[in-house]
Amino acid sequence: MINAIWFVVLSFMLTGYAVLDGFDLGVGALHLILGRNSDERQTAIAAIGPVWNGNEVWLLAAGGSMVVAFPHLYAAAFSGFYLALMLVLWLLILRGLGIEFRHQVEDPLWHHVWDLAFSVSSLLLAVLFGVAFGNVLRGVPLDADGNFQGSFALLLNPFSILCGVLSIATLSLHGAAYLAMKTTGDLQARARSVVRSFWLAVTVLLVAVAAASFVVQPGFTGNFSRMPLLLVVPLVGIAALVAIPLYAGRQQDGRVFFATSALIAGTLGSAAAGLFPKLLPALEGSRYPALDIYNTASPPGSQQIALVIYLIGMAIVIVYLSKIYRVWRGKIRPGEAYHV
Amino acid sequence: MTDAITADRWQFGFTIMFHYLFPVLTMGLGVLIATLKTIELAKGDARYGIAARFWAKVFAITFGAGVVTGIPMEFQFGTNWSRFSHFAGGVVGQTLFMEGVFAFFAESSFLGIFLLGEGRVSRGVHWFSSVMVALGAVLSGFFIVATDAWMQRPAGYQIVGGRAELTSLWALLSNEFALWQYQHVISGSMVTAAMVMAGIGAYYLLARRFEEIGRISVRVGVVAGLIFSLVSLFPTGSMNGENVARYQPVKMAAMEGLFRTEEGAPIAIIGMPDTVKRELMDPLYIPRALSYLAYGDFRAKVVGLNDYPEDLQPPVELVYYAYHIMVGLGTIFIAVMAIAAFLLWRGALDRSRWFLWILMLAIPFPYIANQAGWIVAEVGRQPWAVYGLQKTADAISPNVSAGMTTFTLLGFMGLYALVGLLYLYLFGRIINRGPADTSEGAHAAPVPAEVHR
Repeated sequence: MINAIWFVVLSFMLTGYAVLDGFDLGVGALHLILGRNSDERQTAIAAIGPVWNGNEVWLLAAGGSMVVAFPHLYAAAFSGFYLALMLVLWLLILRGLGIEFRHQVEDPLWHHVWDLAFSVSSLLLAVLFGVAFGNVLRGVPLDADGNFQGSFALLLNPFSILCGVLSIATLSLHGAAYLAMKTTGDLQARARSVVRSFWLAVTVLLVAVAAASFVVQPGFTGNFSRMPLLLVVPLVGIAALVAIPLYAGRQQDGRVFFATSALIAGTLGSAAAGLFPKLLPALEGSRYPALDIYNTASPPGSQQIALVIYLIGMAIVIVYLSKIYRVWRGKIRPGEAYHV
Repeated sequence: MTDAITADRWQFGFTIMFHYLFPVLTMGLGVLIATLKTIELAKGDARYGIAARFWAKVFAITFGAGVVTGIPMEFQFGTNWSRFSHFAGGVVGQTLFMEGVFAFFAESSFLGIFLLGEGRVSRGVHWFSSVMVALGAVLSGFFIVATDAWMQRPAGYQIVGGRAELTSLWALLSNEFALWQYQHVISGSMVTAAMVMAGIGAYYLLARRFEEIGRISVRVGVVAGLIFSLVSLFPTGSMNGENVARYQPVKMAAMEGLFRTEEGAPIAIIGMPDTVKRELMDPLYIPRALSYLAYGDFRAKVVGLNDYPEDLQPPVELVYYAYHIMVGLGTIFIAVMAIAAFLLWRGALDRSRWFLWILMLAIPFPYIANQAGWIVAEVGRQPWAVYGLQKTADAISPNVSAGMTTFTLLGFMGLYALVGLLYLYLFGRIINRGPADTSEGAHAAPVPAEVHR
């Protein structure tokens, strides 16, 4: 039972990360396209400036909950995805530098360099997270100890690449929705048009990934047929997908952003619901069954204590995070951009 | 680096030491900035607000560099130390994840308000956000030290199926080893922030620029510097030392370069350990002092390195020198800060240009002292990853080769060289521009005659 609760917690933390840092990454991926001059780019960064770092903490906290609840998953997955993960870390460093250091010097060349670093690293991160998601759905070849060595040749397979493309498209849509909500003028108009054009791409890709996932993971539907109530999760995603163009047509930017958030949550939630109780499936020919919530779990005492702490801690966090997000609600105000 | 363990240790050592250059400043500086904000609010003195805003700029870039270099730390437990995660995750995961939930969320979210939200929130909330940033920074330090202290002296656990299970959160968090080590770490961080503040303030006074902010920075820096350089020695340093003597006597022997077991063991002020002849070369001793400091008795027996199995001894030279550098520098800090405080009290510090030079040039040394302290703690723990439970050699990832780690180590070195250069450039730029609220012209007005002397 407690293992299952931790599965929900971990899914919640990763989904929280994807929704919250997702729009930072989307804003970054579109950065060079949407912002036509230095001022607009400054505004785009100001839109995420005060929150991006807190959003990234969700990733750290998700990592923390993985160590304490499923240490063997943490050990096997992180050492297995070694080079890919290091690439992610380096890109996270570059992205952070881009956001934090760009505004420090008023110089066109300096701005260009950091705009480029911010944009390229965000774009690659969005793709890499999608590739990781794809490989988690598809599974990896586990050895007798439940470890594996993930070369790029293994990780870059057609399914995971498709997921990478879906990820960059979805997060761009999400980021554009965020910018449309936070900005005004030309930048907002361009963000809105990205929302409209990317919506179709996301829909097509989502259908393709959903169809392909039944091929790579034939058992994926099992949980849904055993527990039809779970179908609520994908239905939320579908409803959100349908709602996006409706709200976008009426220029209700806040609701569009809410819908793109629900789309991401619905997609990741569906994947989690389908995977349960597996955490990392094993590919055909593995010498170990899938890593799941039982064979990777920490001893029960550790899980119990950590769960109590988690519930107390996150209750406090969610109270003040919602207050802080309220401080930043509304449009970016002129002069509020990062300044030296 | 032909074996994986060497490559893994180099990578962790390099990334953690580079990372710690930043939090060692932000933990202390956060507290000092909150202090400045409090003085501003309590006295209604706007100059302290200007000083707080100026130091917040330094805090911001330091925090930024600390964040980007900090993310790889947690993840390396999984990538390069997977058997450590597998074995100890059920315990150390607890504190790592509490750091995220209780410290990082607060620190990062309130920092946004503190740096960018002054126009959106009331003065009270802005002050509160500075306090929360300081609290978050200091709290995150606690969870990291609690994690390390468990590796130094495991507590509140039992071994189930070859892995550590947490049995008592309270025992983990109130680990005797953690409490003194933590206070020592925070004290070291306060000394660093205070000396940076005083040093930059001294530079402004020497350069006759932004003298108002310079004076405030010197004053706050010197007072905090004196208090915490004393606290670093006593009680935090000496109590931490007693814990080492109690729980890790072989580390103590390496720190002191004590090869032979002695009753009434001396402390070597200087001297070079010769690990072939197993003795200190050219030592300068204080007789019987080690016995007293470690066990409170001038005749107590202190076991020397020779009486420990060779495979359980840490690398003596590194631990010995790091410890002596830390203690030596700490002693010098007390002297420097005591003189500075005396001059400040006599109202003569602003005019004592020779001493302002010393304060300014002292800036790098607290960094060295803090790094040296961590070398003592971590290299001195070897060959254990978790003291008495898991050897470092058994903690590494079985599926990551030396070549892979060397590749990523080189990647980190390149990227961190960039981070370091950018940080120094921006740091210098912020110092050079000074507080934006004061125009340089207003303060470059004729200098009172006595300052010229």
